[in-house]
This record gives sequence, structure tokens and C-alpha cells, in this order.
Amino acid sequence: MTAPVLEVVDLVKHYPVRRGPFEPRKIVHALDGVSLTVRRGETLAIVGESGCGKSTLARCLLRLEDPTGGTIRLHGADITSLDADAMRPLRRHVQIVFQDPYASLNPRWSIGTLMADPLRLHTKLSRAERRVRAAELLAIVGLGGEFLERYPHELSGGQRQRVAIARALAVEPDAIICDEPVSALDVSIQAQVINLLMRLRREFGIALVFISHDLSLVKHIADRIAVMYLGQIVELADAAGMREGAKHPYSRALFAAAPTVDPVPGVSCEAPIGGDVPSPIDPPSGCRFHTRCAFAKDDCALTAPSLRAVEGRSVRCHYAGELDFARWAGGSS
Amino acid sequence: MRPVLEIDGLSVEFASARGPVAAVNDLSFAIGEGETVALVGESGSGKSTAAMAILRLIASPPGRVVKGRVLFEGVDLLGLSPADLRKVRGDRIGMIFQDPMMALNPVYTVARQIAEVLEVHRGLAGRAALDEVVSLLRLVGVPAPETRAGQYPHNLSGGMRQRVMIAMALECKPRLLIADEPTTALDVTVQAQVLRLIEDLKSRLGMSVLLITHDMGVVSQSAHRVVVMYAGRKVEEGATRDLFAAPRHPYTQGLLRAARRARADDGTLWEIRGTVPSPHAMPPGCGFAPRCDCARAACAAAVPELTRTADGHEVRCIVAAEGAA
Ligand SMILES: Nc1ncnc2c1ncn2[C@@H]1O[C@H](COP(=O)(O)OP(=O)(O)O)[C@@H](O)[C@H]1O
Ligand SMILES: Nc1ncnc2c1ncn2[C@@H]1O[C@H](COP(=O)(O)OP(=O)(O)O)[C@@H](O)[C@H]1O
Ligand SMILES: [Mg+2]
Ligand SMILES: [Mg+2]
Repeated sequence: MTAPVLEVVDLVKHYPVRRGPFEPRKIVHALDGVSLTVRRGETLAIVGESGCGKSTLARCLLRLEDPTGGTIRLHGADITSLDADAMRPLRRHVQIVFQDPYASLNPRWSIGTLMADPLRLHTKLSRAERRVRAAELLAIVGLGGEFLERYPHELSGGQRQRVAIARALAVEPDAIICDEPVSALDVSIQAQVINLLMRLRREFGIALVFISHDLSLVKHIADRIAVMYLGQIVELADAAGMREGAKHPYSRALFAAAPTVDPVPGVSCEAPIGGDVPSPIDPPSGCRFHTRCAFAKDDCALTAPSLRAVEGRSVRCHYAGELDFARWAGGSS
Repeated sequence: MRPVLEIDGLSVEFASARGPVAAVNDLSFAIGEGETVALVGESGSGKSTAAMAILRLIASPPGRVVKGRVLFEGVDLLGLSPADLRKVRGDRIGMIFQDPMMALNPVYTVARQIAEVLEVHRGLAGRAALDEVVSLLRLVGVPAPETRAGQYPHNLSGGMRQRVMIAMALECKPRLLIADEPTTALDVTVQAQVLRLIEDLKSRLGMSVLLITHDMGVVSQSAHRVVVMYAGRKVEEGATRDLFAAPRHPYTQGLLRAARRARADDGTLWEIRGTVPSPHAMPPGCGFAPRCDCARAACAAAVPELTRTADGHEVRCIVAAEGAA
């Protein structure tokens, strides 16, 4: 079997922070022991509330950040501590598309210049060949050659996201990490961009790491879904399993809290969890979710559960598989 | 029974270098007592402009209410003196925005900004005001309200700020709450808490709500009635259940299909093709026609009239109107 495109093992990323000049230095636990693989041509969704570490994970996968601990492998080769020079030729393998294409596209550059830039850096094409290739790439994402002369502010949000995707495609990547790629777009336009990403995956075998907080969307488009909470993966399951029902109390609550267009009569959409996510500076002892978990027992505050196999998926909970989620049906909080 | 709010033929335009832009065009709808009406539509369709116009918060220039009436409890807000208007705003009508920082002053503590409103509208001051601040914060689910009251907005999480703004909007027990994308910036678990809070207060105070959102799940869960806007115009209005079960306007149909993540025949997600027309290049006739699969020549000839169907539904589409006849 060939190696996965990307593989991370026990990834840790800590940020030292200082609140004020006389405050002691503290540590933000942005990622704490994240392990996952990105398989060829799959759509792996990463979901979780803001601040749980999704974007930090993305930046580590791209080696835009130096991880504090753990291992990152690209096509089986360890890239965890390669320096910028050694990374440069490898950059083309994994590309990223951000939520706000406006912020990621230089407003003073025409689309043609924006498209030629990655081609100049990563290919040996001549100036004229770059122009031709740029038009081809725009055609792949559904934009005509007339867009080469336009500027980012003249485009709609959906069109700008197409340009960002075309730029990512320019270097023929094996994986594209999409960090909230459609969150800023109207729902009617979201489908256009997602269909485009899905087509690229099918036609070019590009793996998609799809970071999102839109749970109804990822259930429909992902092959596998990883749910994160306070810097850790708490559940990793295939989409069908997640649609049947999450096994971790947090992922369960997260999916239940997302209002659906066609609610099932008798099932309320309220979150069975209250309060806010605790600070990643002093994450709770034991299971990080125990402070908000309706099922927490004494040992949950003492021993940290590991991600273990439960009913065909991975769950970070001592009691996964034994929990009676029907207890939540009455909407206790 | 007289509605709490009645918007009648409201039109708002903005001056721009390329001439005036009609942001809201001949908009009419009403909100009954205790009713939640959702205003939905593509970004740029005029939802926020309509909400701002109700409270006369449109900056002029560049904005201008061209015509229309906004009757609140029977009184036209557009004709009130600034002093009378101030009594209504923040007292009889509360408002919450997507970005709480729009309503919060970054240099005042939470206690000071809430107390200020209490003083203006309810004549409370000193210890009495502070006690009321703490109990309001507790009411909207802010933990450790005594501590939070002394903090500044930037010390709070997004969900906390949103709750402080809701506390400010609700402290005068308004008859009408205007909520413009109140949960768009929040995570789903916090969104659920905020929506539940609004629901709670609604049943406790008998408040009416104008809820602006693009999340059809939130609409389905919270609204009695839905007004759909496209390119500045109301294109459909109906009871939430009816509208979700049988949308008449092709835009509403597309919007709901997209929100349900429905699939097309080839297995791809159902999409509405094309993009919203630029306000500077509005197509003649129906604004949705260039993206519409049902469009015919007549659609581009004139803006379709609103037609009322038998079940009290309203739709602005000549094709749908024929089908209903
Ligand atoms: N450069 C940084 N310095 C300090 N803290 C950071 C930095 N980047 C991210 N963090 C913190 O790490 C945590 C995870 O952030 P992030 O990965 O952006 O989460 P998400 O993308 O899931 O919203 C947050 O608590 C965030 O404040
Ligand atoms: N202050 C303003 N100046 C000029 N144009 C504006 C202003 N506010 C809104 N508009 C225009 O009015 C239209 C409606 O905008 P808005 O009411 O914000 O829509 P929505 O809330 O539905 O997204 C848009 O075309 C927008 O560009
Ligand atoms: Mg992020
Ligand atoms: Mg708006």
C-alpha cells in the first residue's frame, strides 16, 4: 500500500503568551497529541468550535509553523523539522485555500498576475506559457479568459474563491487544505464552490482537508469527519457513522446544536451543553470535556482518556459506547 | 388586531459615484404581537438596510429613505422628532447586531454601558442600577456576573459580548426586538444558547421579533413567518411551515434546496447558477430572471407584481402566479 499523502502523529503545538508586562509567561495548548492521516483523494473534514486548533493544525500540516512536538510525514517522508530551504521544493504538494479570498489575494495584482505567480515560483514555464496555463486553470474553475485582466475587487466572493482554488491548482498539489472555504459565501453560492472542489478531487485525485464549522455541510460532503475540542481530536469517524450518531458526548452535542432546515418533530435542536469552552491556557485536567459533560464521572477529571477504537471509529472518552444519549432527549442543560 | 410593526412601501437608496442605488425597493410587511418574522435573502439583498431604516439609523448622506412608512404601534417612526424617536429606540424597540462591538463602547466597562441605558430609560442610578446590571447579566446567562460587570468588552469572548448586547437590548423590556444576524459569528453551541435565550424572553415578555438571518435552519426553528428578499425587493412571504413545504418563488425554491444540501441528477450539490446582479447593473424586470430556470421573455419586460395566493402566501413571480391561479 502506498503511504498516505499526509500523516501526523502526536502533534503538539504550544504558544507561549504573556498577558501583560508583569504577568508570568503562559502556554496556549493549541494542539495536544493530534494524530491523523490524509488519504489520497479523500475528503477529510475537521470540525469544532472556534479556538479548538483547526487552523493551527492546517498551518502545521503546511509546515508554516514549527510544531512543538510530534511527527509530520508527507508521502511517508518525515518533514517535521525541515528548514525553509528544504521545504521549498515540497511546498507544491500541499496547498491551502482560506475563508476570505479577499485577504489572501493581493488587491493590486490583476488575476492574470496572481495566477502567474505560483507558476513562476514552481514551474519552468516561460512568460508566454504561464499566460496560457493561467487561462487554462481559470477555465478549470469555471472562469473565462476575460478574468485575467480583472482585479480581485471586481469579482464576487464566489469568483474570488475560484481564483484562490485555481492558484492552488497551479502547482498540481496532492492535497488542498480548505480552511472554512465557503463560510463567507451565501448558501446558494456555497454549492458552486463545493461542487468545484469535489470535481477536482474526482478528476485529479486531490485529497481535500475540509475545515469547517458547518456540521450539516460536512455530513453531506466528507468521507471522514474529525471532531476537535481544545486541541485534541475527540472523535474520528466516517461520515455515515457520524450521520447515524456521534459517540463522544461533545460531538453528539455539537451535531445536535446545529439547527436543521427540516427538524424532526419532537427532537429539539438545543445544545445539551452549556457554558463556554474553557481556556486553552489551563485546559481542564483529565478529560478536557469533563467540565461540560452531562455524563462525567469522578475519574473523568483525573485520567485523560486516549483516542480508542469504539464501534468502528475512534473516540476519546472512557465511557464511549456505554452512554445513554436518550437522557438528553428531554433537553436537560 | 393591529400589528406591532407595519412597514409600508419602504424604499431606501444610497448615493454612489455611479448614481443612486436602490437598496430597498417598495418593501411592505407586518409583525404581529408575539410573532417572530424572519427576513432572509442573499447578502446585499437589503435586509440590514431595511432594519436600519426602521430605526432611522441610515446615515444620510449617502443613504436616503425615498418613501414609505414604518408604523410602530400605529405611529409612523419616519415622522417622529429626534427626541421622540430616542424614546422609542432602545426602549420600546431593542436592537442586536451581528457584531456586538457596534453596540458596545470599548472604553466603558460592561456595568457602565448597561447602567447608562438604565439611567436614560428607567431613571435608575448608583447601587440600584448596579444591582439591576448584575441581575440582567445573570438573566442572559453570563457566568460570574459581578466580575464580568467590571470588565471591558475586549475581555469577553464573542458569545459573552453577544449576551451583554442582548442584555442591553432587553433591559427596557422592548415590545419589538430587531436582531440582525445575531448568531452568525457564534459557534453552534453558543448559538443554541442565544436563540433559546431570545425564545425565553419572548415568551416571558410577549415580545415580537424581526430576525434577520441567512441560516435556514435557524429560520425553521425560530420564525412563524418568513419574508424573502432578493435584490432589494420582497419576492415571497408566507408562514414558515407553508413556505418550507411549498416555496413558490424560484429563488426561494433554490435557496431551500441549497440549504438542504439537495443533490442534482448528476450527484453534485444543487446550486443556484450565476451571481446576484450588481446594484449598478440591475436587469430590467425580475431581478432573479438571469439566474432562473423558469424565466421567459416576459420576466425581463417588467418587475412582476406581488400576487397573493389562496392561502395568504405572497409571491412576486409571473410563472408562480400562473401556477397558483
Ligand atoms: N500565534 C498564536 N499565538 C498565541 N496563541 C495562538 C496563536 N495562534 C493560535 N493561537 C491560539 O490557539 C488556539 C487555537 O487557535 P486556532 O487554531 O486558530 O483555532 P480554530 O482555527 O479552530 O478556530 C486558540 O486558543 C488561539 O487563540
Ligand atoms: N452605507 C452604505 N453606502 C452605500 N451603499 C450601501 C450602504 N449600506 C448598504 N449599501 C448597499 O445596499 C445594498 C443592501 O445592503 P444590505 O442592506 O447591507 O444587505 P444585506 O443586509 O441583505 O446583506 C447593497 O447593495 C449595499 O452595497
Ligand atoms: Mg480557524
Ligand atoms: Mg446584512
